[in-house]
Amino acid sequence: MDRREFIKRSSLAALAAGSFGSIASILPNSFQEQTNYDLVAVKGGEPDVMFDKAISSLGGIKKFVKKGQTVTVKPNIGWDVVPEKAACTNPKLVSRIIKLCFEAGAKDVYVFDHTCDSWTRCYSSSGIEKASKDAGAKIVSGASEGYYQNVSIKKGKNLKSAKVHELVLNADVFINVPVLKEHGSSRLTAGMKNLMGAVWDRGYWHGNNLHQCIADFATYRKPDLTVVDAYNVMMKNGPRGRSKDDLILMKSLIVSTDIVAADTAAAKLFGVNPDEIEYINYAAELNVGTKDLSKLKIKRIIM
Amino acid sequence: MKLSYLKKIRIVVSLIFFISVTALFLDFGNWLSPRFTNYFTYLQFIPSLIKFIRITGIAAAGFIFIVFLALLFGRIYCSSICPLGTLQDIFSFIHRKIVKKKYFKHRKASSRIHYAFLILAVIFLLSGSLFAVNLLDPYSNFGRITVQLFKPLLLVLNNLLAFTLDKLNIYSIYPVEIKGINFIGLTLPFLFLVIVFWMSFSSGRLFCNTVCPVGALLGLLSRFSLYELKIDKEKCISCNLCERACKSECIDKKGKYLDFSRCVSCYNCIAVCPTNGVGYFYGLKKNELSGGDNVDLKKRNFILSCMGLMLLPVTSIFAQIKIAPKNPSKLPIVKKNPVTPPGSISIEHFTANCTACNLCISACPVQVLQPSFLDYGILGIMQPKMDYQTSFCNFECIICSQVCPSGAILPIEPGKKKITQLGKVTFVKENCIVYTEKTDCGACSEHCPTKAVSMVPYHEGNEIIASLRMPQVQNEYCIGCGACEYACPVKPYKAIYVEGNPVHQIAKKKEEKKIKEKINYKEDFPF
Repeated sequence: MDRREFIKRSSLAALAAGSFGSIASILPNSFQEQTNYDLVAVKGGEPDVMFDKAISSLGGIKKFVKKGQTVTVKPNIGWDVVPEKAACTNPKLVSRIIKLCFEAGAKDVYVFDHTCDSWTRCYSSSGIEKASKDAGAKIVSGASEGYYQNVSIKKGKNLKSAKVHELVLNADVFINVPVLKEHGSSRLTAGMKNLMGAVWDRGYWHGNNLHQCIADFATYRKPDLTVVDAYNVMMKNGPRGRSKDDLILMKSLIVSTDIVAADTAAAKLFGVNPDEIEYINYAAELNVGTKDLSKLKIKRIIM
Repeated sequence: MKLSYLKKIRIVVSLIFFISVTALFLDFGNWLSPRFTNYFTYLQFIPSLIKFIRITGIAAAGFIFIVFLALLFGRIYCSSICPLGTLQDIFSFIHRKIVKKKYFKHRKASSRIHYAFLILAVIFLLSGSLFAVNLLDPYSNFGRITVQLFKPLLLVLNNLLAFTLDKLNIYSIYPVEIKGINFIGLTLPFLFLVIVFWMSFSSGRLFCNTVCPVGALLGLLSRFSLYELKIDKEKCISCNLCERACKSECIDKKGKYLDFSRCVSCYNCIAVCPTNGVGYFYGLKKNELSGGDNVDLKKRNFILSCMGLMLLPVTSIFAQIKIAPKNPSKLPIVKKNPVTPPGSISIEHFTANCTACNLCISACPVQVLQPSFLDYGILGIMQPKMDYQTSFCNFECIICSQVCPSGAILPIEPGKKKITQLGKVTFVKENCIVYTEKTDCGACSEHCPTKAVSMVPYHEGNEIIASLRMPQVQNEYCIGCGACEYACPVKPYKAIYVEGNPVHQIAKKKEEKKIKEKINYKEDFPF
C-alpha cells in the first residue's frame, strides 16, 4: 500500500472509530465499555494498578481464567538480581496477576522459569518467590530436566522438537509475563524471547539460528495472555544488566492475547524498529500473530 | 568415683557432631547458614591447624582447644568431635549387633607404623604440600566420602521422591541435578571408605591408632595428660569386661594396663566395670603403671615428631615452593592453569591450605566447585577447582569463602568478590557460531555479569554485516566467573573460555554513563 492509500485507510479507520465512539455514547452504560481489544497499552501507573486497568479493558480476568482451572504464570526470573535492577519481571505485577487469577476462581496457580543463574537464588533475589507465595501461588523449579517433556513442533522451521516444562503443557491457562529489556543476542527480549525459559535445551536455539528458533517455538503454544512489564526498562547491557544506570523508568505495560503484536508494540515502546527484530518478522511469517498494529484494535490508557 | 555418666555424655556429644557435620556435607539446598557450619568445623583439627598457620588468631584457634583438651583428659577429639571416629563406632556397633559375641581384644601397639604416617604428613607439610595430610586427615576424608558417595545417593532418593510427588502436582520437594560425577572423585573416597570400614568392622578404632596422623599426634600429647584413665589394681577383679569393651583395643587385662596414648576416651571401660575400677587419675606421676611396650622407641619417635610439630608454623614459608605460578600465555589454546575459587588468593595459597574436605563443593549452590584430578599436579589431588564445563560461579555468591574451615578460601566481601579476577576470558573466533554459521548467538555476553564480553557489529574484512553481532572480549573487566564458557553452546570445544590466573587480580569496573532520558508519562504511545 502506498502512502496515499495508507493515509486514506487510516483516516477512514479513525473516522469509523470516532463515529463508533459517538454512537457508543448514546447507548446504555453496559454497552459503553468496549472490551474486544486486541492489545492494551497503559502508561503512568504502578505495575499492579496498570494491570488492573489493562485487564478490565480486555474484559476482565474471568474472560481468561475460569473457575477450577490451573494457571501457569511464566515471568522472567532469569537472573540472581534484585528487583531494583529490573532484570526480572516486577514482583508486584506477578503478585497482582496471581491474585486476580485466584479471584477468578483458579484452582492452582504455578510460577516457574528456567533460570540462567541458580534457580533458588534467582527466585529469592528477584522477589518473585515471596510475591508468588504471598499471593497463594506455588513456585516450581525449572532446573530439572525431569520436568520437561519432549514435544514436536510441527510448524517449526529450525526447531522441530523441544523439551518443554510440564507446567506449560498441562496448564489450562498460560500467562506469559516477560520484562522488556535490551538483549545482547536477540536485540530485544519481551514475549516470545521469554518463552525460551520454558524449554530445557537453550543451547540448541543459540546454535541453530536463535531468531528462527524463537519464532518456531512461539508456534507451539501461544500464551493465553502476554503481559509485557515495561515499568523499569533496561536499555543496555541486557539481559543481565550491570546497574540501575542501565534503566529508564517507563512506567508502562502492554497486554495482549497476540504475542507477536505485544512484541511489536514493545519494540516501538523501547524505541527500535520492529522490522529489525528478526524473530518478530519470522513469527509474523509463520502466522503466530500480527505485527501490523494498524490492523489491531488497540486501547491506549494514559494514567 | 562414679564416672559411668561419661559414656552417655560422650555418645550424645559425638552424635551431635556427627549428625551436624554430616548434615553440612549433605546440605544440597543451602539450608544451613555459614555460621552454623563454622560452629561445627571450628574444632576440626587439621583444617583449623592449617588455617592457624595462615591467619593466626582466635578465628582459627579450634585446634589449640583440642590440644588443650588432650593435655587435660586425652583424646576427646577422637571420641566425640571427629566425624570419621563416630562413623567407625557405628560400623563396629553394627558388627556387634549382627554378631552377638563379638568382643574387642587387646592388640599390641603399632607405634612405628603410626608415627611413620605422622612423620610422612609432617614432612609433606614442611615441603609445602598438603598431599599426605589430605590423604590421611579423618575430617577431610569423611567430607569426601559424604560428598562424593552419599550425597549423590541422597539426591537420587530426593529426586525419586520429587518426581513421585510431581505426579500429584506437589512441587515443594524439588529435584536437584547431579552434576560433575567423575571416576576419580568417586574412586579415592570409595577406597578409603572400604579400608576404614574393614578396619573398624573388625577392630574398632584400629585406623585411629595405626594410620590417622591426628590420632598419632593427640596420642603423643595424651602421654602428658594431667588426668589419665587408669585401672585401679586394687579394685580390679580381672573380669575382662573392660578389655572386651575397649574400641581401641588398648586394655591389657593380664597386666591390668591401659595404654592411654591409644585410648580414644570412649569411656566404655568405665561403664562396664562392675567394681568402678577404671577412672581418671592424676597422671603426672608416670611410674608404676607405665611400661609394657618399648619405652625407648616411643621416646625417640616422640622427640622426632615434636620437632616436626614445632616447625609447623614455618611451613608457610616452605609452602611457596609448591606449584610455582606459570607465566600466562598470550594466546593459549589449551588451558594452562586451573581456576581457584574467589577468596583463595592464588593457586599457591589455595593448594598449600586446602585439605580437600569438600565442604565448599557441598556448599556451592551451583556445583561449579568440583574435585580436581591432576589439575594441581598429583600432590593436589581432590582439591577443588572451578569446573566451567559443569557450571559457573554465581556473581552474588560467596558461600565457599564463608564455610572453608582451613583458610584455603579466605572470607571475601561480596563487593570485593565482584571485582576479583580469578582468570581471564579468551575468545576463539574460529569456533564461534556467529563466525561459522553467520547467525546470532550471544549466549556468552548474555551471561556475562561485568560485560567484559559484549556484542559488537560483525566484521568480515572491511565489510560489516549489520544484522549480525559478534562477541568482543575486554579482559580487564573479566572476573573469570566462567559464565560465558558454560553458556557457550559450541561442542566439543568452546568458543570462549577462562584461563585461570595463578594469582588472582583485581578487575576494572566498566564505567558507563547513566541514561538520562526523561520520560513524559502523558505523552502518547509510539504506536
